[in-house]
Amino acid sequence: MAYLQLQDIKKSFGDAHIIKGVDLEINRGEFIVFVGPSGCGKSTLLRLVAGLEPVTSGKLLLDGKDITYVPSGKRDLAMVFQSYALYPHMTVYDNMSFALRLAGVPKDEIKNKVEHAARQLNLAQYLERTPKELSGGQRQRVAIGRAIVRSPKVFLFDEPLSNLDAALRGNTRVEIHKLHVSLGATTIYVTHDQVEAMTLADRVVVLRDGLIEQVGSPLELYDHPASQFVAQFIGMPSMNMVAADAIPSFSAQTGGRLPGNGFLGVRPEGLHVHRGHGAGVPGRVDLIEALGNDTLIHVDVGGVQLIARQNERTPLKVGDDVGVELNPAVLHLFNREGRALAA
Amino acid sequence: MPPRNFLPVTLRTLVAWVVTLLLFFPLGWVFLTSFKTELQAIHVPPLFVFHPTLENFSLVQQRSDYLLFARNSLYTSVGSTFLGLLIAVPAAYSMAFFKTRHTRDILLWMLSTKMMPAVGALIPVYVMCQTAGMLDSVPALIIVYTLSNLPIMVWILFTNYKEVPGEILEAARMDGANLWKEFRHVVLPLTIGGLASTGLLCLVLSWNEAFWALNLTSAKAGTLAVMIASYSSPEGLFWAKLSAASTMAIAPIIVFGWLCQKQLVQGLTFGAVK
Amino acid sequence: MAPAVLTLFLWMIVPLVMTLYYAFVNYNLLEPGAHTFAGLNDFRYFVTDPDFWPAVWNTLLLIGTVIVITVVFGVLLALLVNEPFPGRGVVRVLLISPFFVMPTVNALLWKNMMMNPIYGVLADVWRAFGATPVDWMTNWPLLSVIIIVAWQWLPFACLIFITSLQSLDREQMEAARMDGASAPQRFFYLTLPHLGRPMSVVIMIEMIFLLSVYAEIAITTSGGPGNASTNITYMIYKQALLGFNVGVASAGAVFAVILANIVAVFLVRIIGKNLD
Repeated sequence: MAYLQLQDIKKSFGDAHIIKGVDLEINRGEFIVFVGPSGCGKSTLLRLVAGLEPVTSGKLLLDGKDITYVPSGKRDLAMVFQSYALYPHMTVYDNMSFALRLAGVPKDEIKNKVEHAARQLNLAQYLERTPKELSGGQRQRVAIGRAIVRSPKVFLFDEPLSNLDAALRGNTRVEIHKLHVSLGATTIYVTHDQVEAMTLADRVVVLRDGLIEQVGSPLELYDHPASQFVAQFIGMPSMNMVAADAIPSFSAQTGGRLPGNGFLGVRPEGLHVHRGHGAGVPGRVDLIEALGNDTLIHVDVGGVQLIARQNERTPLKVGDDVGVELNPAVLHLFNREGRALAA
Repeated sequence: MPPRNFLPVTLRTLVAWVVTLLLFFPLGWVFLTSFKTELQAIHVPPLFVFHPTLENFSLVQQRSDYLLFARNSLYTSVGSTFLGLLIAVPAAYSMAFFKTRHTRDILLWMLSTKMMPAVGALIPVYVMCQTAGMLDSVPALIIVYTLSNLPIMVWILFTNYKEVPGEILEAARMDGANLWKEFRHVVLPLTIGGLASTGLLCLVLSWNEAFWALNLTSAKAGTLAVMIASYSSPEGLFWAKLSAASTMAIAPIIVFGWLCQKQLVQGLTFGAVK
Repeated sequence: MAPAVLTLFLWMIVPLVMTLYYAFVNYNLLEPGAHTFAGLNDFRYFVTDPDFWPAVWNTLLLIGTVIVITVVFGVLLALLVNEPFPGRGVVRVLLISPFFVMPTVNALLWKNMMMNPIYGVLADVWRAFGATPVDWMTNWPLLSVIIIVAWQWLPFACLIFITSLQSLDREQMEAARMDGASAPQRFFYLTLPHLGRPMSVVIMIEMIFLLSVYAEIAITTSGGPGNASTNITYMIYKQALLGFNVGVASAGAVFAVILANIVAVFLVRIIGKNLD
């Protein structure tokens, strides 16, 4: 049976319906990522699980128990907040031991747990410092440490990396991943960054407007998006979306399966650009982005903007005439409503 | 280099010091005079150099029982501060962290009660005290002071509590804290400064209060304000004694005032000026 | 929260209601017996009392003059003390001291130590210049009260303005200097508007508190000579506790409350903007 179950969860604030009916089953030890654009309700959903907001209707079950109306402190969950929410007047040691102290855990046990977690997070030498004496990355680790020490049933992360600078973000992401591997704890992680989603998740939950668009492993979502929305949300740069009648020679390659008012999707790496108007659809280079390991070529094909990606460097320049070919094996077809059609 | 906004530094220093000394002069003079004998006090031209004496202080105690009035002032100030905090802290706490639709209106209405001049309530309160046999009693004064200061206290505490980030409280909640523990371990340590200033402010306001003290109390429960008022009809030479009495009455509060200037600005302007 | 609100509510409502009640009945402490309904009689007596118009006039004069003095000099002093100079900390502390003096001490201090025509310091100063000392309390009662009250409230205004000036945008000032604005121009176009808000707050708060000036009058001039220094508050006090006419005094109190509330509405509007 699933470890954590969300059953038809709905949440409204007055007349605003934020969560419109979410069903989800999470297995023990899974790393689940809630991802979606701003306003989709992912943070709200997390807070509902945490118990910081009450559900309007629906049920929450954890390890067989109904926790829908259980207060946050008693749900055996730990949360890492976006702004870390450390207690400014307490030392790192006190911050991390606060929950245990409240629960009446004996002092030596507390000491062991805190020191163990501190070692795992490289915080051992900062235990006597206060939050304002720490850097952003260190504070974040204290926030994580505060959660680890409690050995909760589920870890909740609310966009923990968004306040860090780019370099630190990358490093911390890796650290969180390694931590998950070593602790094996069930985790729900909220982010708007799809790179974090792709790299950290066992399964990704894409949310849109208070409903689940799709649930699946990162690669499943990448290779078989169930809708245009998911297809364009996952993957950077986004999938090229072409209306059926915009580039007829592309549409022809679908073998008639693409409806006249549908959309054709192909990822940048599924397009090949070569010099001159030889094979493929003619177009003109708009922009070249040379990233070192990748090269992105923006091409204007009869008014339609396409982005192609390749591993090699390119001698092409802005304004060059080129031909764009597409690899039919990686086509995605969508109907007018944006739902994916069987490949 | 700071912009030369007004006048060159030396000129400014001079003017500032002269003006300040002039303005402070009355207080300084009173302080000085409390150490003179009566004859020295009325000496024409005024004496700046003299042998100081402490006799006035004991004379004041003899004549008007300074200690009694001081004790009453102390009781009323401390009592009203304590009572005020007892009511204001939960009120401000709930308004800051459990905002409802009406919170804003209630807060504004609370402030507006402070706008009613005391004289508006003089008669009913006087009559009520009289009926209850509470005229000239310390408890009556404590109650009146508590109620007068309550709006300001709630206001200052409210603005202090608002500054605590909501997420920290949520973290505490996730860590298993209930309402009381949240307050004791998180909110209180973070806002203890505001609590202290509110208390100090209330102390200052109560200590200096004159209107109710003069009208509701006299010989038994009179505060220092009342004691000083008894010097208003001259009887022989009493300048030095008056100075001593005044010094004894105002010195503690001036020190307090120096300590809590910032909070006073906030409290007295209801936060409109920060 | 509920108990606090309830307490305040009672504190507000009960006296107000009682005052209103008394204002409409005949109630004289010297004439025991049931209160008879008096309609608007109490109000009429209050308004036609020979003290009324002088009291209104004195009140306006007192409030107006004190406000002008405190605001103008408050701003000047605040500007003076705004920039650092040696001893600034001490100066600030000394400047705000008068505000913490008990009104009773304040009154007596001035009446005896400063303004007494024989032994007061001002008398000494006058004599030093060869002039005859002024008998302040007798010849200039209202002015004396004004001086006393202004001296006490000047630090308040000063403190508010000092605080406000601290939040003046330095960069804006520097931009103005780069644009070629002179010191007086910078003052009128940047500093003064910035002070506009605290000025209105100071004015309104002083209006409300100055309406209730009491101790300074009671202890120095007792409203006299005659009614030369009686303000509305003192007049009500005279009616109630000296004339024992509770009805008329209550009518006067209602009058004072209405006056204060008109001002308060504006003040609350400004403060209300500060909430959330």
